[in-house]
Amino acid sequence: MADKPKISFHDFTSCEGCQLQVLNCEDELLDILGAVEITQFREAIDEKSDTYDIAFIEGAFTRESDRARLEHIRQCAKVVVALGACACTGGLNVLKNYRGVEESMKKVYGDKANWYETSWALPIEAAIKVDYKIHGCPIPQEEFLEVVKSLLAGRTPRIPDYPVCVECKLRENVCLYHKGEYCMGVIARAGCNAWCPSYGGRCYACRGLISDPNDGAAKDVLEEFGLTIEEVMAEFRLFNGAFDVAEPPCEEAAVERK
Amino acid sequence: MPKDLDINIHHLTRVEGHGNIVVRASDGQVEKCVLEIVETPRVFESMIEGLSWRDTALLTCRICGICSVGHTTASIRATDDAFGLTLTPEALALRKLMLLAEEMQSHVLHVYFLAAPDGFDAPSVIPLAASHPEVVKRALRLKKLGNIICETVAGRHVHPISMIPGGFTYVPPREKLLAIKEYIESLDADIDATVETIASMKDKFPDFQREREDLSLTRDDEYAFYDGDLKSSKAGVIDPHDYEQFIHEKCVEHSTSKHAYNVEDSLAVGALARFNNNYEKLNARGKAAAEAIGLTAPCYNPYANNFAQTVEIVHFYDEAVRLINELLEMDLSEATLTPNVTPKAGRGVALVEAPRGLLVHDYTYDENGICTKANCVIPTGMNLGNIDRDMQKYVPEVIERRSQDEIAHDLEMLVRAYDPCISCSVHLLKVEWV
Repeated sequence: MADKPKISFHDFTSCEGCQLQVLNCEDELLDILGAVEITQFREAIDEKSDTYDIAFIEGAFTRESDRARLEHIRQCAKVVVALGACACTGGLNVLKNYRGVEESMKKVYGDKANWYETSWALPIEAAIKVDYKIHGCPIPQEEFLEVVKSLLAGRTPRIPDYPVCVECKLRENVCLYHKGEYCMGVIARAGCNAWCPSYGGRCYACRGLISDPNDGAAKDVLEEFGLTIEEVMAEFRLFNGAFDVAEPPCEEAAVERK
Repeated sequence: MPKDLDINIHHLTRVEGHGNIVVRASDGQVEKCVLEIVETPRVFESMIEGLSWRDTALLTCRICGICSVGHTTASIRATDDAFGLTLTPEALALRKLMLLAEEMQSHVLHVYFLAAPDGFDAPSVIPLAASHPEVVKRALRLKKLGNIICETVAGRHVHPISMIPGGFTYVPPREKLLAIKEYIESLDADIDATVETIASMKDKFPDFQREREDLSLTRDDEYAFYDGDLKSSKAGVIDPHDYEQFIHEKCVEHSTSKHAYNVEDSLAVGALARFNNNYEKLNARGKAAAEAIGLTAPCYNPYANNFAQTVEIVHFYDEAVRLINELLEMDLSEATLTPNVTPKAGRGVALVEAPRGLLVHDYTYDENGICTKANCVIPTGMNLGNIDRDMQKYVPEVIERRSQDEIAHDLEMLVRAYDPCISCSVHLLKVEWV
């Protein structure tokens, strides 16, 4: 029998909630463990090995000294999968870029700020090539399972590239705009089954944007709703602040959306 | 024979976040013995400033994936406090159920998946799935309870959706609450089996004692977890708004998370601190579990936090069963759950018992409900000083009779016993410079 594929989990700046989402697949977990060999998962196991075929990387790239660790993972792995919003878009961490990195550190650590290293918060694509992305804050378990199954079967995972509105309509939710709320669902990437709007929350595009969004029209819609320009931009910066659509504070804090 | 030690455990496993244990000793004298916190700084308190009251919980629940409901609860309760919002009994009961679900799930995750492998001499839960499948399947059944409750009430456990200041944006359907009732009642035997399994590993953990100051919430009418007054085992009971009288913080160079202190230079929070401070308020089944495990209050063995968590799993389980039955008698509707929130200028403070211990969120809002100042004090941050002090007492006690590898293993288990949540802890604000 051929060796089971080896998979590993690595974490950078994040809440580790996406790894917890993996552990939350209670019904499938034992089957997954039967199909693969986990060679690194620091949150859950002691074993540490640099032998792995598929590396799942959670967390944003927020300090230069992490670049070497990321490059090492890229060298060891045949396939790199970005796990969750922090890895895919930088996630909420990017907000600190707009508050100013030095100012943020001073606010939290006072005159001891220079004891600790940090830098711009960016998606891991700013440091290494990524093969697949599992979006979301947190990731939907179904999408994690779809990606694992696809990679094991040797096919390309199906990641939606249409807006959340499509899924929201299919669930027959009342549109949040009709309820006097606003929402980013018009240009946000689907795949979460309109998770937040289905529980009364607005979509804030934690899965990033579709690949060809009409962001100008979306900004107009939000403005017509009554948001100020600052509020509209704040909405784009919440989860997509590293990209041009959100007008990053400087060139070093910007990455191309792929 | 005087001994040299050089322990450097890089990126400790089976804990949340990144920490290193560093011990150096020569000629039997300990020169350095600390838990280094090397997690990246995350500066949440800086990011929260300028956010609307609608988004403060959305941001701060993402401090931690494992205690996301604890952070959400603290955050929305701080906003309730600032705006003077009162909850309906229905909304209060649902919030408490959410928090109970998280306490149980987090404890199950820690006791079974992270700590139990030490009790079975296994490097992780994965070999246990082959050697003790019934234990792992039971753990998965118990863990799933938290997800079922949180999905039903708030859409998910990691970063719950419908919990907002004043109430909820979603009304859970009755048939799904009935499904929770059916599922939770099916776990009754698993709860007793948990006590048996954990009690059987008692001799795997060192018998070590260090008296400490325990900090937790306290209430006259229940084992406090959702709210209450602030109790220190050494300094008495105060109003939660005055938490800064008991919780002082300082930067230390070996940690991106600040350390906390009060009467002495460290203090403890978490399941064992709650157990020590509030043992009398445990329900009958919780007390019976403590007796079966042989845990008595006050207990000053930090390794016993695993046992205090087990006692709490039992106690919280019976509380959750009671609460779900109460909720089924209530009128859950938009009228009783969906709030009408008007922002107002002011400061709000909330103290919550998150799974790992006392959690503080403290916000100041302007008249438009924009957050102008925030302070979050995280349980793991409060425990870090205590972990260092425990290690510094433990190593000299055993340096002559245990090998370097054994001491390293003991220290890993010690840090793990606190169930640290390191990525949580690296963004405390408000420093008292010492």
